[in-house]
Amino acid sequence: MNFPFLSVITFLPILGMVIVLLLNKERTKAIQTTAVVVTGLQVLLAVVIALGFNASLPGINNEATMQFTERLPWISIPQTPWFGEIRIDYFMAIDGLSMPMVVLTALISFLAVFASFSVNKSIKGYFVMFLLLDAGMMGVFCAIDMFLFYIFWEVMLLPMYFLIGIWGGPRREYAAIKFFIYTLAGSVLLLLVMIGLYFTTVDPATGAHTFNMISMMHPAENMKEGLFATLHSTPRMLAYIALFIAFAIKVPVFPFHTWLPDAHVEAPTAISVILAGVLLKMGTYGMLRISFPIFPEFAVYFQIPLMIFGFVNIVYGALCAMAQTDFKKLIAYSSISHMGYVILGMAALNVQGMTGAVMQMFNHGTITAMLFLLVGVIYDRAHTRGLNEFGGLYNKMPLYSFFTVIAFFAAIGLPGLSGFVSEAFVFLGAFQANPFWTVLSTLGIVLGAGYMLWTFQRVFMGTLPEKWEAVMSDVSPREIFTLAPLAIIILFLGVYPSPALNMMTTSLDHLVRFVKASAPAGQAFLGGF
Amino acid sequence: MSPQTLSTLTILILFLPLASFVLLLALGKRLPRQGDTIATGILFITLALSIVVMIGTLTRAPEPAIPGFPSAPIQSTFTWIDMDATIPVLGQQVPLKIELGIMIDNLVAIMLVVVSLISALVHLFSIGYMHGDKKYSRYFAYLGIFTFSMLGIVVTNTILMMYIFWELVGLSSYLLIGFWYEKPGPAYASKKAFLVNRVGDLGMWIGIMMLFTTYGTFRFDEIFASIAAGNYPFGSSTWLTIAGMCIFCGAIGKSAQFPLHTWLPDAMEGPTPVSALIHAATMVAAGVYLVARVFPMLTGDALLFIAIIGAVTSFIAGTIAIAQNDIKKVLAYSTVSQLGYMVLALGVGAYGAGFFHLVTHAMFKACLFLGSGSVIHAMHHSLHHLHDHDTDPQDLRNMGGLRKKMPWTFATFLIATLAISGVPLFSGFLSKDEILAGAWAFGSLRGGIGLMMPYIGFGVAMMTAFYMFRLVFLMFYGDPKRPDIDAHIHESPATMRIPLIVLSVLSFWFVFSFNPFGAASGWAVKSLPTPVTVTGTHWYPFAHGDGHEAAGPASSATSHETADGGAHETAPAPPTGETITQANPAQEALAHGIHAAHLSAMITSLIVASLGILIAWGVYRRKVIDVDAFTARVRPLHVFLSKKWYFDEIYEQWVVVPFVLFTTRAMAWFDTYVIDGAVNGVASVTRFQSWLSGLFDTYIVDGLVNFSGYFVGFFGIVMRKSQTGRIQTYVVFVVLGVIMLFYVFY
Repeated sequence: MNFPFLSVITFLPILGMVIVLLLNKERTKAIQTTAVVVTGLQVLLAVVIALGFNASLPGINNEATMQFTERLPWISIPQTPWFGEIRIDYFMAIDGLSMPMVVLTALISFLAVFASFSVNKSIKGYFVMFLLLDAGMMGVFCAIDMFLFYIFWEVMLLPMYFLIGIWGGPRREYAAIKFFIYTLAGSVLLLLVMIGLYFTTVDPATGAHTFNMISMMHPAENMKEGLFATLHSTPRMLAYIALFIAFAIKVPVFPFHTWLPDAHVEAPTAISVILAGVLLKMGTYGMLRISFPIFPEFAVYFQIPLMIFGFVNIVYGALCAMAQTDFKKLIAYSSISHMGYVILGMAALNVQGMTGAVMQMFNHGTITAMLFLLVGVIYDRAHTRGLNEFGGLYNKMPLYSFFTVIAFFAAIGLPGLSGFVSEAFVFLGAFQANPFWTVLSTLGIVLGAGYMLWTFQRVFMGTLPEKWEAVMSDVSPREIFTLAPLAIIILFLGVYPSPALNMMTTSLDHLVRFVKASAPAGQAFLGGF
Repeated sequence: MSPQTLSTLTILILFLPLASFVLLLALGKRLPRQGDTIATGILFITLALSIVVMIGTLTRAPEPAIPGFPSAPIQSTFTWIDMDATIPVLGQQVPLKIELGIMIDNLVAIMLVVVSLISALVHLFSIGYMHGDKKYSRYFAYLGIFTFSMLGIVVTNTILMMYIFWELVGLSSYLLIGFWYEKPGPAYASKKAFLVNRVGDLGMWIGIMMLFTTYGTFRFDEIFASIAAGNYPFGSSTWLTIAGMCIFCGAIGKSAQFPLHTWLPDAMEGPTPVSALIHAATMVAAGVYLVARVFPMLTGDALLFIAIIGAVTSFIAGTIAIAQNDIKKVLAYSTVSQLGYMVLALGVGAYGAGFFHLVTHAMFKACLFLGSGSVIHAMHHSLHHLHDHDTDPQDLRNMGGLRKKMPWTFATFLIATLAISGVPLFSGFLSKDEILAGAWAFGSLRGGIGLMMPYIGFGVAMMTAFYMFRLVFLMFYGDPKRPDIDAHIHESPATMRIPLIVLSVLSFWFVFSFNPFGAASGWAVKSLPTPVTVTGTHWYPFAHGDGHEAAGPASSATSHETADGGAHETAPAPPTGETITQANPAQEALAHGIHAAHLSAMITSLIVASLGILIAWGVYRRKVIDVDAFTARVRPLHVFLSKKWYFDEIYEQWVVVPFVLFTTRAMAWFDTYVIDGAVNGVASVTRFQSWLSGLFDTYIVDGLVNFSGYFVGFFGIVMRKSQTGRIQTYVVFVVLGVIMLFYVFY
């Protein structure tokens, strides 16, 4: 591959941002068009990449089988005192783990642009931030050099802060600061581990330290001495825990989740969509891309605790969701519950569970994005999200209700819709790994149906309160345009999930085998549980 | 007919109703007559094809038996998901793939006809019943997706696909119960139905996970074969029992068995034809079908659990049905009770009887529901005519004497009632008799708790006859209790009458067997041979010797099998695939027992049915006793029964309310005040500390800086006083200095 697909798809939004910056802020249409064109091109590119993607190459810890690789020396300072040679590569590549995320990011960003058309406060600034965010997200999923990864990780933080803090709801400043500081706290841990890894890893080819994540996955060859050189050592365990916390904040895993409901409730619709659709996936992606392959022995050692985290997320998130009266907060908590399935699936450490987990990342991205778009639709009309204030929307807004039925039942995990496939694989995998916690986690199946159907009853059934008679109108063409693609994907992958599964299976199977091979048998924390 | 043709036709049967759904949903009101004729037409085509498939299947030459199947079924499988990876199964690496597919055996073929027949007739009936409804088109669309899902459950050869369609049936039931969602009743009932079903499905899913983890496949035939080869979940037959019980949980939900039966009576909030289709004849039978499907893998302990659940259910529901005044509630509890009967039959090992009752029950219960629909329709129109919107059109206490105004409805309803009550010459008599003979034989073979089965069986048979005739007498006989309503009652239109007539004809004995006193010689029972269990010695532990009393003289005809069974007993070697397709001695013993118990069971069943009818006649026609006075005398019991044993109240008080009001709120409180409180606490502590640091900085650090400044400044001010600029002053200081130095050094 000579054409730098990954760089183009990552930096296209930056180009768009520059164009938007150059435009006069009065030219709303032009600004919006730029965003549409840029993200649209991104979707096209994602499709081209997916079509050119060879699903039979494992990638993960094997540099030769990574695809669309771009590798250039970026920062190179020869012979500094103490540090030796500093060498940071611009290293982008994808494999079966990141491919679905690239598609998801492009898709969700594109749809979020349309959902952003209802924003009417300093549109220019909004789209500048939006496009920067887009670039950051895409970069995270394409970067293989850890330094680069970290940069993208941080880049995406800043626009998010402003997007919530400026364009958000009444408590936007609180939510934005909470989000920012919480995530930053995680980033510090990530940074520390990253530096530690850098000084431990030596690229045999150059003899210099390296940030290359793939090199870090081969301790026998590349980690001769240093802090993290000895497998099963305490520093490596602490590093694994630190990384776990860094990523757990993003997922978010209980008890690090409370920034999420606040951020969701305050963020404008499109940003909620991105937050739930893409941002949360970075946490689990980070675990699979960094924690698991770089510290495989602790991925195995902490398997059961990770499962318990998954279980707690599923059940706790569902219980909290049931108690909410704010539609958006309910979806936010349901997100926590659904991300619990991802954790449960990856903790299973087998190919079924892992595939289920990554598929669930994708499906949750589409389903929850749809749910937030749906909440946005009634919020735009009624300016409230109180579940108890509505009723009877089914008759008033039939098409809207139709989309809601699809999204709700997909979230419940109804067969025929994509959520079922991933949940089923997660459960099948997790059951093989540990029946006890899996059986407890299946409670989520009932609880999920409980809060969703209760919501449906309160909002859509019954009769419409008098006050909404005039304001509630069915979905507009623009809204249909954002909802329909997601509905189609949800239906398609529910009936025929193979295109998504085939993309990832080889890599994930490889990941599982590689992780398991690195652990001595029978050593596990809480193993008897 | 060639297997290919049968498979193709079956696939066509499966997808035709889906086509109806998609068509009506997409085009809906733009279709002529809003698409009702199209949907109904499609369903009648489906029915015709189903009949063809049934005949084709039943007339096929039997294939060699495979584990779990008396005759190897036609299967057509495709790989839905192929993961290009392997998983460890039973110590080997097997490819991870998920197959879905269809299977045709006698069970499937008969069930196909039952489902498509009832569905087609309900479509036809609905044309009249739902006439003028605002969502007319959507109603037919929902019927289409329901039929598709139900057929999917029937034709599948993998348990995963069954679960998939199982859930889809849940969805379509949700949509149809909540069809009139504007009203709070249906809105609540639809949610309740889905959630209660989900609780059962949870168990089923756990069972499926257990099976897949153990066998690495979802296919019934492969699972059965592996069990037959002696592979059990976690290596123990106890876990096989638990897996069977877990899967049965799905049936507890869908077939409304105790303790999850409470959703079904509430589901009567849906349109009445829907009740006939879904909540009487087909969907609720799915649970029974599931048990029949997995019957070969159920161990004796699992079957005993199933039998007990069935017995308890049929008893509880039977007693409740006596005290209800809403026609549909009576029929709903009657359905629950009859489903319990079928489950009981399967549980005691009377496989053919249980499934046969499913088939006969589908006909007469659909007829009863549609008949009640016809009455409710007439009542509703009359009340509408009177501008009376408060009177309940379903309340028995407002009816009476309807037989004159609605002769067709009356005649068909009566035939169906005779059938369900177990009167000879009707189908219900045949199937009920089979079940009772099974329960009788089981009771005498098993002893102990097994004795509960025949007692409950006959008790319920009497209750059924009683409450059904109570219904008939109160609805159709006597004088109208509300003459004003009666004045405007009319017989229903032809589209509603035809299904009633068809179903009532199908409730006669000759449909299933030419011998009105024994179904065993009829085609239905003959084509449903009991599959040999693959659990081998883990089935019920009775053998010929134990069942001697029941088996009696009939055993001489089957001495060959006896010898075979004897060999098994003496050498209980681990069963292998080879031996497992041969007869299981315990099952043989039961078969003999059933055969022997047949006559006595039939006579007893006749007696109890006549007693039930007689009592109803005496009480409600001859008025031998004053019903109201009697009810008043046994008031606590009557209240207990009419309140449905307080199940709803108990669940509400002890499960739903504490859960929703307490657990979820406690969690939300915990989340807001403890978890988030901790986060905000950290923020506050940090801010407090920064405030302290700020103070420290301002007053201590900066204070010191300023202090040094002030200090210097102060001395500056003080010293400045000395810098007067006058020579005289300096000279004085110099002199004083010299004097001081002088004193210091000397």
